[in-house]
Amino acid sequence: MKKLLSANQAIAWAAYRGGCRVASAYPGTPSTEIMEHIAEFKGAINCEWSVNEKVAMEIAAGASLAGVRTLVAMKHVGLNVAMDPLMTFTYIGAIGGMVIVNADDPSLHSSQNEQDNRSLAKFAKCLLFEPSDSQEAYDMVLAGFELSEKYQVPVIIRTTTRTAHTSSIVDIGSGARGEAPAIPYVKNARRNVAVPANGRLMRFAVEKRSAQLRELTEASPFNRAEPGTGDIGFVASGVAYQYVKEVFPEAPVFKVGLSHPPPVEKIRAFAAGVRRLVVVEESDPVLAEQIQAAGIPVVKPQTELHMMELNPARLAQLRAELLGADAPPAPQPESDVPVRPPVLCSGCSHRGAFYILSKLKATVCGDIGCYTLGSAPPLAAMDTCVCMGASIGTAIGMRKAGHPNKRIAAVIGDSTFFHSGMTGLLDVAYNQIPITVMVFDNRITAMTGHQENPGSGKTLLGEPTANVKIADIARSFGIRRVHEVTPYDLANLEKVFQECLDCGEPAVVVVQGPCVLHVKWAGQYINTVNEDTCTACGACFRIGCPAIVRGAPKDDTGKRYKSKIDPQFCTGCNLCAQVCKFNAITPVK
Amino acid sequence: MSTTDTRNLRFNISLVGVGGQGILLTSDIIAMAAMHAGYQVKKSEIHGMSQRGGSVISQVRFGPKVHSPIIPDGQSDVLVSFERTEALRWAHLARPGAKIIVNNMDRIPVSVSSGLQPAAQNVDARLAAYPGLILLNANPLARQAGNLRTANIVVMGALSKYVPFEEEHWQAAMQERIPAKLLDVNLRAFTLGRTAIP
Repeated sequence: MKKLLSANQAIAWAAYRGGCRVASAYPGTPSTEIMEHIAEFKGAINCEWSVNEKVAMEIAAGASLAGVRTLVAMKHVGLNVAMDPLMTFTYIGAIGGMVIVNADDPSLHSSQNEQDNRSLAKFAKCLLFEPSDSQEAYDMVLAGFELSEKYQVPVIIRTTTRTAHTSSIVDIGSGARGEAPAIPYVKNARRNVAVPANGRLMRFAVEKRSAQLRELTEASPFNRAEPGTGDIGFVASGVAYQYVKEVFPEAPVFKVGLSHPPPVEKIRAFAAGVRRLVVVEESDPVLAEQIQAAGIPVVKPQTELHMMELNPARLAQLRAELLGADAPPAPQPESDVPVRPPVLCSGCSHRGAFYILSKLKATVCGDIGCYTLGSAPPLAAMDTCVCMGASIGTAIGMRKAGHPNKRIAAVIGDSTFFHSGMTGLLDVAYNQIPITVMVFDNRITAMTGHQENPGSGKTLLGEPTANVKIADIARSFGIRRVHEVTPYDLANLEKVFQECLDCGEPAVVVVQGPCVLHVKWAGQYINTVNEDTCTACGACFRIGCPAIVRGAPKDDTGKRYKSKIDPQFCTGCNLCAQVCKFNAITPVK
Repeated sequence: MSTTDTRNLRFNISLVGVGGQGILLTSDIIAMAAMHAGYQVKKSEIHGMSQRGGSVISQVRFGPKVHSPIIPDGQSDVLVSFERTEALRWAHLARPGAKIIVNNMDRIPVSVSSGLQPAAQNVDARLAAYPGLILLNANPLARQAGNLRTANIVVMGALSKYVPFEEEHWQAAMQERIPAKLLDVNLRAFTLGRTAIP
């Protein structure tokens, strides 16, 4: 049976076909769709949105120890959160097949950094697969379950944004649910309890396993030489392989699919048949360094290949360098086309709070989510953003450092708060830090496309569940000043924010309002600008609403413009009317 | 074109626009139609922030064998843009003389409407400099079909005149990808777009 599938979909199919019983994930672009597609198999796989990647990894570890096949998915930075369980579980070792899908994001399409997680597979002494398309992603997950069981090793599948979100045709066999009987559970503390005495034994076992994995990788069909002509041979992994085939169609290529441990002896034999060996891999020179360390000479091109996504144009440049030719002319983009960065949607429940934070000149430590867009002009209401949950810790640090601004706020979304903000808030309460933690609570994980979370009252499969109140959590931590406010009343937001920021004790403000993309508005009214009353003062432009566009020029100078509201995008949230001092913005049916 | 010819054809389509304009659905349908027509196909998209009004791009390549999911700049056989400024931004993707099908509408970036950066100048003239330009008034045609939100399918109908699939392949792909209750209005939109090209 053949289907057009993205690698994310293909991975879900492989979980289904491979008899996976337990699947866990925290959403993160570009890995999110894996769990959404697993959920489409309606309970065939016990699956969940975990509250964070560490919990997701621990669930996979537990399922594996209980003897069933398990898959856990996350984006590259998610594995940072889950490294603690991984680094010791790799000692303990899998029993039921354990596949970790980890999606890197070269070019930072929607991430805060560009870390190459292949180094983490080396660090954790795991097996690592690098699919170059959807069919390989499918095949590698299936192989991953088997190898994980055979060698008792966690298996990492490293996708990238490009492979995860590229669709191609995949043969999924019969398409039927695969069966993999559970491996009977045996209580074995020496094996499964990582205390120093046991851990030392595990440490030696890991080395022994690594030696076996080096033999495995040399024999693996996923690592193969493809003959060609010419004296330059390429070693390529992941999607880089596809670019090499596109730009050097005749050249001999060594395709690395099982890339940790790398098949150095096979590569040595391949290198003996070519005059120059060039390694093409996306992000860090992980393979190149290991190949060189094995004493195999590798060409170091001048063409920069290690930052940002590769593409055929960059390989064409490499080609020119290797052949000593001039670089091919690149088509030039048109100049002076205005950039179009993503923005907070019209009607977004975050906009008003950012407007007030900006007005109050607060120092704002931000976090990861749609609301990070509040850092962009004209709102420009964010000072820092580090990683998931970091807003609160960063704000604590700023306060402790004696930051001259007494108004320090941490801004964090509901899903991020549940993920790793709660511990930071406990630190605020425990150490009595006078900062204000603002939770922008829309009861959904919005940025990644509206996944359920502990605040939304529904599970991954849409079943009703506990609906955790953030204000209750704050109060249970012992924080006395806790407010819950609506997002569209600017006067009240200003009053509450100012009170909290100036009160000199820990405070929490939960700004509650659904995501406008998720819960469609039943608002009867939208707003319009009265052109005669509008003075072109520009105040409404400063809330950064995409529904407010440039209207008629104020006068002949062409320097100032009145505003106009695009009825197609206005939601009637009424923020613009509240910032207009001239009452030029009024509701219409 | 005979069947043998089309099987050996390599074809690249780039689709660009603004988040929320239906680019990803459109490219899904094109890729499925390519599969129905018997090609190898890759469809690649960057959609992390697609719902937040950012610039969105999706690329579909088909042929006897497809390697790179990314189409090299200057090698798209057709560039489809759902908005005029985006057509300008991505015009360099098209090969010289390629058809550039543009929905004749503007979505002003917020940073322009709020005065943070200047608008693109002389968009009409700069677009007209491309000999393959086809400006399509897709929005009125979508309204005529029965739903403004089918403007993307109107544009796809126009595109279909330049892509070597049989009409049945388009129909099969649309049936597969579009929910049943919206199928009729979309099929009407497709036909209106297809017949808008002489």
